[in-house]
Amino acid sequence: MGLDLLKAFVVGGIICVIGQLLIDLTKLTPGKVLTMFVVIGVLLGAVGVYEPLVEFAGSGATVPLTGFGYALAKGVREAIQEEGAMGIIKGALTASSAGITTAVVCGLILSVVAKPKEK
Amino acid sequence: MSVSKDEYKKMTDKASPPSPVVKNCLFAFFVGGFICMLGQVIFDLLTMYGISDDNSRALVGMVLIVLTAILTGIGVFDKIAKYAGAGTMVPITGFANSVASPAMEYSSEGRILGTAANMFKIAGPVIVYGCSSAVLYGAIIYIFGLY
Repeated sequence: MGLDLLKAFVVGGIICVIGQLLIDLTKLTPGKVLTMFVVIGVLLGAVGVYEPLVEFAGSGATVPLTGFGYALAKGVREAIQEEGAMGIIKGALTASSAGITTAVVCGLILSVVAKPKEK
Repeated sequence: MSVSKDEYKKMTDKASPPSPVVKNCLFAFFVGGFICMLGQVIFDLLTMYGISDDNSRALVGMVLIVLTAILTGIGVFDKIAKYAGAGTMVPITGFANSVASPAMEYSSEGRILGTAANMFKIAGPVIVYGCSSAVLYGAIIYIFGLY
């Protein structure tokens, strides 16, 4: 279990450093970097190199947003295996439904219970 | 004493503190690594209780999203993010904060056009390009029978 945690820490940390370098050394805004990371995750998941990284690093690979992209690609592939062409359309949002719905519901609750900070 | 431009540059490099890029990267590494490690702890606990790998992964994301929303609500997330940079932004916590923060900040402009519309300022592009590239990938593997 200890080694699992170390691998998640190091791989997750490195992925974040890549993001930090993109922000610091290029003119990309954080929003663009996040979008890029998800698309890169889809791409790496599609060509099959992200899967081994997930097996190696676990949450170190799935928690960063590249892992979100990987989950989209994996979801589409599995949906196609199950139900053919309809899976092309249904796969991505099915795979990401838990995350998106949780974020949206939390946001709405927060807007009711929390007061905006003074600016 | 006279110094050339190159020598002067060397002297200032020596005298100035380490570049902010190095410092930012260290913060990003340790905070980002810590969040992923926390995710792994949750994952290990869930699988230990017999929950499937796929569901455990989704639950790890959900727990981190809820934690982020709470920390955003009490104003702690922004303080950590100021130092952590990509360390809190690149993990799923950054996605959660990009939804939670405008949801809260824009509530004065109304629940629909304030909160709901602004929630997707960053999450929207992420979902648009993520889903579209996944559909493109799906279409390619379907047409060529690679699935």
